[in-house]
Amino acid sequence: MDMKVSKKLGLKERYNLMTRDLAWTPTYQSVKDAFPYMEYEGIKIHDWEKFEDPFRMTMDSYWKYQAEKERKLYAIIDAFAQNNGHLGVTDARYINTLKLFLTGITPNEYMAHRGFAHVGRQFPGAGPRVACLMQSLDEIRHAQTQIHSLSNYNKHYNGFQNWHHQHDRVWFLSVPKSFFDDALTAGPFEFMIAIGFAFEYVLTNLLFVPFISGAAYNGDMGAMAFGFSAQSDESRHMTLGLEIIKFILEQDPDNLPIVQAWLDKWFWRGYRVLTLVAMMMDYMLPKRVMSWKEAWEIYAEQNGGALFNDLARYGIKVPKGWSQACKDKDHLSHQAWNVFYNYGAAAPFHTWAPGEKDMEWLSAKYPDTFDKYYRPLWTHYAKEQAEGRRFYNGTLPMLCQVCQVPMFFTEPDDPTKIAYRESEYRGMKYHCCSDGCKHIFDNEPEKYVQSWLPVHQIYQGNCFPEDADPSRPGFNPLAEVVRWYGIGWGRDNLDYADSEDKKNFETWRAQATGN
Amino acid sequence: MAVKSIAPYEFASKDTADKFPAPLLYIGWEDHKMFCSPFCAPMPPSMKFGELVRGALPGMYGAHPDFARIDWDRAEWFVSGRPFTPDMDKTLAENGLGHKSVIRLRTPGLTGLDGTCF
Repeated sequence: MDMKVSKKLGLKERYNLMTRDLAWTPTYQSVKDAFPYMEYEGIKIHDWEKFEDPFRMTMDSYWKYQAEKERKLYAIIDAFAQNNGHLGVTDARYINTLKLFLTGITPNEYMAHRGFAHVGRQFPGAGPRVACLMQSLDEIRHAQTQIHSLSNYNKHYNGFQNWHHQHDRVWFLSVPKSFFDDALTAGPFEFMIAIGFAFEYVLTNLLFVPFISGAAYNGDMGAMAFGFSAQSDESRHMTLGLEIIKFILEQDPDNLPIVQAWLDKWFWRGYRVLTLVAMMMDYMLPKRVMSWKEAWEIYAEQNGGALFNDLARYGIKVPKGWSQACKDKDHLSHQAWNVFYNYGAAAPFHTWAPGEKDMEWLSAKYPDTFDKYYRPLWTHYAKEQAEGRRFYNGTLPMLCQVCQVPMFFTEPDDPTKIAYRESEYRGMKYHCCSDGCKHIFDNEPEKYVQSWLPVHQIYQGNCFPEDADPSRPGFNPLAEVVRWYGIGWGRDNLDYADSEDKKNFETWRAQATGN
Repeated sequence: MAVKSIAPYEFASKDTADKFPAPLLYIGWEDHKMFCSPFCAPMPPSMKFGELVRGALPGMYGAHPDFARIDWDRAEWFVSGRPFTPDMDKTLAENGLGHKSVIRLRTPGLTGLDGTCF
């Protein structure tokens, strides 16, 4: 008897069986009760079936594909660890970029996981729901692989041990933390524009990629490996972000002004987070990939410009704040690194003034601004340090109510003047660093009056360890805050020049490369 | 515009004056960005403006070589960006400063390290 063999299913059929066909319309409950967050943001969706997922990945192929990638990744990480790969990096200054990444970015991979899980649950359409589910799984995998690969550095270097504790407490980490908290407490559609589109699509090349290419340029195979492993996921995320914005805009003309307002807001919020990347690229990498200015020109001005030209047919305009961001490119990284140089006692990584060779590079990359505005500052610091007076700022900074960055940003047309913007809400003053942040505050003051501003929290007495006693004679508030942050004084903080990291790295490398 | 929410959205401000040991005062020194940002510090409303200048500012700004060169008679003050003439013998409150006021100091002729405004 001949066996009757059924034909293998095609990709499209499999996709339909494993996604759309698994969805149903509830009968015991109303659709509105099952998906209660679908209307309050004002977005109108008429037909969820119109969402097209260009990847058409099914759960079974997802598991198979990711498992293969993970096997390769862990093989590289293990080899890197066993061969003391950390001694092959350019020098130990580089390792501070990893501390910034682990405290600032990795916890937000986890938050992205939560956000996409939530949004996937709330969307009634099976297509975006499955895409969000997969992205949610990607994000938690990324958090895990990052923690795993960076844990190797924790065996040898200071400042890695309290990364998650610090993410919830340390002054500058409230910048990326509040960015994600803001997105997660928005509705599902705003979250998709904020994270799915503005962050994953418009800004990812300026956020994630610089760390990974920085790893590649500085000999860090371990960090490079998780970057490459994540890369194929990232292209899926970018596609989801772009498809979802087009889908929302095509569904109803009333959606356009709402989406445009979110784009304005989230471009600016994301751009402020990129401040940390700008200074990392120009000041923290011993061997630089490209300058922040060059990266901005390629990834924002050229690629982003083309994207917004493409979206113009839906009526979308370039986000508010775009032209200011383009003007800032000559100044941002220099001003930002000065903030960390000022407050290097309260950061869980080392800071330093650029050396003469570093300044040559900066001068070549920023011919119009570096020598004119910034070189004298670093020269002054170096001289002070040589005379035993390394400058640390001992007074706490004023923070922006929205982005929570210390108010160092200058006026768009005058890099010598700090920008101050003030709003009043219910009889109280609120201060912002820019027109962009003030605009965001003025649109939703009820939300931002709740900001957990690290400096204000310190003055309210909420940032000391339980055993600290402010009434004790000689109480040192800064030292107690740093203790509450989980930063080891003199070991995790202060200048690179005197750090244990520097000393150890040089000793170990000498042992590894000679007798 | 207001927050779009699924239920009434009412939350207290996190930073009302009653939560601090004294009202917050923000202080910036124009053209001296070596101190990367303006400062934030609780200052008793009963403190005289002159005490702020003589008592608090040296600790905040003394590390800058320009600080010792300030001619206080020529110093210009601003509150919320508008010119302001403080009375040194009156208190912060009597000078109209309250919780989260922003004052700025400008010291004509002093423009930071090599004139870079740092």
